[in-house]
Amino acid sequence: MIWNPNKECMSRDERSALQGKRLHKIVEYVYHNVPFYRHKLQEMDIRPDDIQTIEDITKLPFTTKKDLRDNYPFGLQAAPQSEIIRIHASSGTTGNPTIVGYTRKDIGVWSECMARCLTAYGVTRDDIFSVSYGYGLFTGGLGAHYGVEHIGASVIPASTGNTEKHLKLIRDLGITGLACTPSYALYLAETMDKLGIRKEDLKLRVGAFGAEPWTEKMRQEIESRLGLKSFNLYGLSEIMGPSVSYECQMQNGSHICEDHFYPEVINPVTLEPLPLGQTGELVFTTLTKEGMPVLRYRTRDLCSLMPGTCDCGRTEVRMGRIQGRSDDMLIIRGINVFPSQVESVVLSMPEFAPRYLLVVDRVNNLDTLQVQVELREEVFTSTFDTPAAVDDLEKRLAAKLKSVLSIAAKVQLKAPGTIERSQGKSAHVIDKRKL
Amino acid sequence: MTIHQLSIFIENRSGTLIKVLEAFKEAKIQLIASTIADTAEYGILRIVCAEPMRACEELKKAGIAVALSDVFALQLDNKPGSAADVIKLFSQAGISITYIYTFLMRGKGILVFRTNNTDLARKTIAENNLPYIAEGDLAEWA
Repeated sequence: MIWNPNKECMSRDERSALQGKRLHKIVEYVYHNVPFYRHKLQEMDIRPDDIQTIEDITKLPFTTKKDLRDNYPFGLQAAPQSEIIRIHASSGTTGNPTIVGYTRKDIGVWSECMARCLTAYGVTRDDIFSVSYGYGLFTGGLGAHYGVEHIGASVIPASTGNTEKHLKLIRDLGITGLACTPSYALYLAETMDKLGIRKEDLKLRVGAFGAEPWTEKMRQEIESRLGLKSFNLYGLSEIMGPSVSYECQMQNGSHICEDHFYPEVINPVTLEPLPLGQTGELVFTTLTKEGMPVLRYRTRDLCSLMPGTCDCGRTEVRMGRIQGRSDDMLIIRGINVFPSQVESVVLSMPEFAPRYLLVVDRVNNLDTLQVQVELREEVFTSTFDTPAAVDDLEKRLAAKLKSVLSIAAKVQLKAPGTIERSQGKSAHVIDKRKL
Repeated sequence: MTIHQLSIFIENRSGTLIKVLEAFKEAKIQLIASTIADTAEYGILRIVCAEPMRACEELKKAGIAVALSDVFALQLDNKPGSAADVIKLFSQAGISITYIYTFLMRGKGILVFRTNNTDLARKTIAENNLPYIAEGDLAEWA
């Protein structure tokens, strides 16, 4: 099934023409509405009229996470505040989250793209679909939710947490579809085993999984344990949220909604565009976004775009699996975590030395984050002689980390001088997850 | 009226305790009493020793996380009920005991403890004429 054959199956030439037209329009729009882009374009001596075809995109400047951060909170917003009907926020690298405002039209485009994803997965209005991404500032929950409503299926806004109750609903309501992180899907399977619920007791048939990297092996395990067919769902809040790309029944790469999000793959060092099929950093330009359009946003995700057309009939270009990151961002339980966020918290508390170590692991299919910090000698005053005093410090750090990272971290205090001084950035992280 | 106790943060892994004890040995300082408050991941080792101030310096030099805490050390009569009688005085004065441990020194029971109200504890000891150990006694008795 195809939600919007006019767009998903249009000929390459026709789409290129549409993309070129939209690119010209969006460049003109940001030129007049976002001082940041106007200055950048003026510096490069580019006028909106210089951009006429989609090939002209290589003339445009890149946008980075740092640009979003430097222009916090509304510096990159193009639409007037009165037109913004929703604001999401994702984690930033130094405490400032990335703020993304959406106009009514943006929410409409998002729902449309999400509807394309769900339809490709085989979801119809007859399905009862549980959205088990976190609802809230994170785009996962509401993004998927609106798509399910848009196709007319019944949405269960389960969000995350309370897994036993969720399983009861999956069984008792005959829920057929599920959107969540792949690790949460496996956690559901674990909980089923614990509660003695068999997959035969459930009517689950379709899973939309994303927000974190997953492997073919995880797919097989999820499918065999939950008794459903699972599909990849990709997105990022800076561009839109979930729905940027999606797998079809062929499951050979994820189709990008490229009439709205134009993809490029570049060499992350030279920034040169790479030919189709080569692996590099994925870059997106939003072609239709009103709230916060971005030109050539560097996702830091490493992958390749796949040449050729898909047997499903869609002509949209496909992206392969994400193979890694060109920065040090970690994805833990679907949430983006930067070591520098931990650093900012550690530095804000005088009890700790500016040394820390993040240990990421996956226990029973759930990601765990341990933060090791080193106590300063100055902490050792006369009252630091009971476990309660140590616990108190541990709890204060854990609470601060939780509020900055949006996920819980287990804190481990280390004696002064026991964490090795790290040389490079990556030395702050030990990722034990086997993916 | 109080003595200095060393409070040492040690992680629960092999080699951390011996590092502390070696530092004492190196400095030729006699341990008098010790106890540990442990949790799943670390412990607070509390030590009464001869020359606690020098011990603290030496331990710091050895890179050990150590703090000095003021604790009381009261001498007890060697008969049943003496600890209860002493602690009752503090309890009646509304003082809480944060932690407590005991050891024998020259055949006498010594009660080491910290309270939540040092000033009131001092007053209670003075008013009841309780025999206490002073810091100077530690070096002498050890």
